[in-house]
Amino acid sequence: MNTDPHFSGLTGAVVHDEVVPARAPWLHHIKASQTLRIVDLEGNQAVDFLLYSAADDAERYSAQDTVSAQGNLFLRQGTVLRSNEGRAMMTIAATSVEYHDTIGGACSCESNTLRYGHHTKAQHACVENFLEANLTEDRGKRDIVSNINFFMNVPVESDGALGIVDGISAPGLTVDLRAEMDVVVVVSNCPQINNPCNAFNPTPVRMIITE
Amino acid sequence: MATLANPLAARDHARAMAGTVVDAMPKVPAVADDLPAGVSADDLVWEETIAAGGYATRKLARGSRLRLIDLEGDACASLLIYNADMPSERLNVADTVKVQWNAYLGAGKLLLSDMGRVLMSILADEAGTHDTFCGTSNASTNSAKYGEGRNSGAYPNGRDRLLLGSAKHGLTRRDVHPCVNLFKGTRIEADGTINPQIGPFEAGRSVVLRAEMDVIVVIANCPHVLDPRTEWTVTPLRASAWRGAVTEEADSVRTATPEGLRAFLNVEDYFRV
Repeated sequence: MNTDPHFSGLTGAVVHDEVVPARAPWLHHIKASQTLRIVDLEGNQAVDFLLYSAADDAERYSAQDTVSAQGNLFLRQGTVLRSNEGRAMMTIAATSVEYHDTIGGACSCESNTLRYGHHTKAQHACVENFLEANLTEDRGKRDIVSNINFFMNVPVESDGALGIVDGISAPGLTVDLRAEMDVVVVVSNCPQINNPCNAFNPTPVRMIITE
Repeated sequence: MATLANPLAARDHARAMAGTVVDAMPKVPAVADDLPAGVSADDLVWEETIAAGGYATRKLARGSRLRLIDLEGDACASLLIYNADMPSERLNVADTVKVQWNAYLGAGKLLLSDMGRVLMSILADEAGTHDTFCGTSNASTNSAKYGEGRNSGAYPNGRDRLLLGSAKHGLTRRDVHPCVNLFKGTRIEADGTINPQIGPFEAGRSVVLRAEMDVIVVIANCPHVLDPRTEWTVTPLRASAWRGAVTEEADSVRTATPEGLRAFLNVEDYFRV
């Protein structure tokens, strides 16, 4: 019996367990029917997340297809993460956070120059992590599309105003993703320090994969 | 049916079609009788009516104006934009809404690339119903709603149209990125619910964009993915483009916000060499 609370509710055999350091990329192949649990170890750590079909990586996560199919911007328990061809890639089987973001995109050196000023150009950013990880499998810049930000909060006001605001996650909260096809998961454990997405303090996250 | 048993008969048959006029077609050379005051007829570079369910694509030089008109009130312009010189740089919808702190497009708004630059800006907007969230239809959504969604069928889908348009520039499935939709809108409720604004609307609403870089635009005109109607419904879309001046330092769109100004500074830095 595993008494580690991070395994609470998981039933299948553990096939992978890894802590992703603060600010780092992570890439992993996950088979259909396996479940990936992401643990927000210290709370309010944005996990920027992309998905590719392992069989054909020109098919990839599509934020727009995902939100259109459910008629709602927020990713909650039950949300099906859809590809650019409309197919189910993963399902949010469970999450202890009310909702997650998929409209805020990933920070980049270039967009940081717009949002904060050119003094932030040299800071590490999620697109750098996405590129570094994807380049190991011969994907590149053209393969980076609008992503998911687990544990990040981006409300939209009635006049269309939106922004990354204080998070609604907490230490030890989780999201469980069941693979509906063989997928490649590419993550940036967000290094952003200029907005509340990581509570101004990037921290590690834990990745647990079960059968 | 004529018998076309030899090449010359086939040639005569083909040539007899010359001069045919249909609703949806390009005018070559470009001609329009409703250019804005001050725009010379010689500067018109593109005049085309995009069919219901059709698509079109064009390379536009920095400074060009692109006017889109929803001729009958039921068009949906799904728009992709690439940097013509380096198409790996393209429209980034997430950065567009995040950097501008607002998701609703209208006059004065910028369409930003994934490299911190302005690809196009919106100079005028008579519609006000646009959408940055939903993307476009695909073969499976059209199949589910209309029974089919093939390019070769009666109810083509937006993604496949954008794929074909992008392919005309040598681009592939990897390049078709999230799009914005003009003329069909969405409004978002506090709980995240997406309310589509589908119309149909008053005929003749227009949007005028300015190319802030040398760009490739790809436009699909297919029903919005959240169009609630059971019938596949869309009407023709007119595109006109003319040469124009590169944005000047004091331009009100350029200077409207600190974030936008830095995006223009990045464009100007890119074109410095």
